[in-house]
Formats: sequence, structure tokens, C-alpha cells
Amino acid sequence: MADQALFADQATPFIDQLYAAAVRMTRNPADAEDLVQETFVRAYRGFGSFQDGTNLRAWLYRILTNTFINSYRAAQRRPEQSELDDVEELYLYRRIGGLEAASLGRSAEDELMDLFTDSQVQDAVDALPEQFRLAVLLADVDGFSYKEIAEILDVPIGTVMSRLHRGRKALQKSLHQFAVDRGVIRPLSTDATDTRMGSEQENES
Amino acid sequence: MSEHPDHDEGGSHRCDDAIAQLQSFLDGELDAETVALVEAHLRECSPCLEAYDFEAELRKVISARLREDDVPGDLRARITGVLERLEAEGGTDAVV
Repeated sequence: MADQALFADQATPFIDQLYAAAVRMTRNPADAEDLVQETFVRAYRGFGSFQDGTNLRAWLYRILTNTFINSYRAAQRRPEQSELDDVEELYLYRRIGGLEAASLGRSAEDELMDLFTDSQVQDAVDALPEQFRLAVLLADVDGFSYKEIAEILDVPIGTVMSRLHRGRKALQKSLHQFAVDRGVIRPLSTDATDTRMGSEQENES
Repeated sequence: MSEHPDHDEGGSHRCDDAIAQLQSFLDGELDAETVALVEAHLRECSPCLEAYDFEAELRKVISARLREDDVPGDLRARITGVLERLEAEGGTDAVV
């Protein structure tokens, strides 16, 4: 049993992390502030059930995530799609000539990475169905392990892995489409000769 | 999936295995024995190594693009105030 009087001292160091996570979830700073406040109120009230010595950060994220899902997702009417098309591994890499080419060339890779700005990546992540988006954010930005994410989302570890892997691949597909639209990658090219990135060639359509 | 051009011969770990395990490897979620197999494969197979490097770099880029920084200055004060009020009101039962 955790002592409620100690809650503020133990939990407030996580405000910054939780706020950043809340902004990513809600995509809105004002909503994020409200979400974090609500999270702290709920956490304070439930702190008696927190087991001392266990993972307080994951416990707080669990409350944050549940509060978000219950309070905000419904309001946003985000798509409830529960499946994603199965996308092959290395989706993006293959399409810039990886594996097939002798060497891709560091500058070509860098040029591609530079194309992906903050807003571009955020839009691609936000386009993911919610359960995939949350798994990707918790793993790739907040750095939680599969086991921790399973506890935060209250799903089996196998489900976490599935959502994470599929979500990341869908993200790559989305980023690939963006690069194609910008003419940095030619569509459906897996041949090394088709991957002169940054050329001025028009896409042939 | 076709074998990579430089794929080592006779090893117990193949390119298909290495690619299938890429995500879990980068997540640090493989057991030590499998990590050793993957690492041995990557030492022998430069196409797989380059693919791993690309994926690792892409992850770094994506993660960096998603990071938020500035927490509003008054959020901490706001939450501290809320917690003090809850404390003063006598804990769990007083809060609605």
C-alpha cells in the first residue's frame, strides 16, 4: 500500500513526461493540460492501490492512457479500426533499393530522413488507428517495454507486439507514400537504378 | 523473400530469421541466445546489417520528430495546487 501523503513527492517528477505524452495523444496543448490534471486527480485517489516498489511511471501512464481513451477518444471520434493491412517487413527500405542494391549510400538515406519533418511524422502517426498509434507512441517515444505496454493497455504481450509491429509498418507505408508524392522515391521501384533520390525526375503516372 | 546476395553459407541463422527478428531485436526484447545468433548473422551478412542500420536510424528520426518539449510553466503549479486541495479535503472520499 502506498501512502497517499507521499503521492505528490513521488508522482510530480513525472509531470513533464506525462504532459508530453498527453500532447502526443490529444494533439492539443489545452486538452493535454486537462488530461494530465485529470490523471493526477485519479492517481491521487487510487494511490492506495499502488504497490510500493513497483513501476510508478508505468502506473501513471496506465491512468493517463485510460483517461485519454475514456474521455477524449470518444470526443474526437477517431476511427475504431481494429486491423491494419499486413505490410511486409522493411517496407520503406526495400522501396529505396535496400537489400537489392550493393549499397544504398548514406546520402540517399539522409535525404529521405530529412524529408520527414515533425509535422509529417506526426500526421503519419495520427493516421494510425488508435490502438496501433498508442502502442507505437508508448514504445518508440516513451521507451516502454512490451511488458510495460501490456500493463498500460491491459492487453496480452502478444497483442502489444502485433499492434506495435503492424503499426510501425503502416507508418512506414504512410511515410513512403509521402516520399513518393514528393518525388523523392519513385513508386513501386525496387530496382537500384530507380532510386536516385532527390533527382528532378517527374513521377510517371 | 529471396536470400541476400552476400548471405553467409551454412550458418544456422538465415536472413529471413534476422529480418523477422529485427523489430524485437531493436526493442531489446530478444533473449540472449537469440541476440547472439542475430549478431553473428549481422557480422557475416552486410545486407542485413545495412537493413538493421536503416531501421534503427528511421526509428531514431521518428522518435525525435515526435518529442514534445516545453511544458507550460503553470501546469506544474496547477497540479501541485490541485493535489494540495485534495489533501486538505481529506483524501479519497472527499473528491468527486
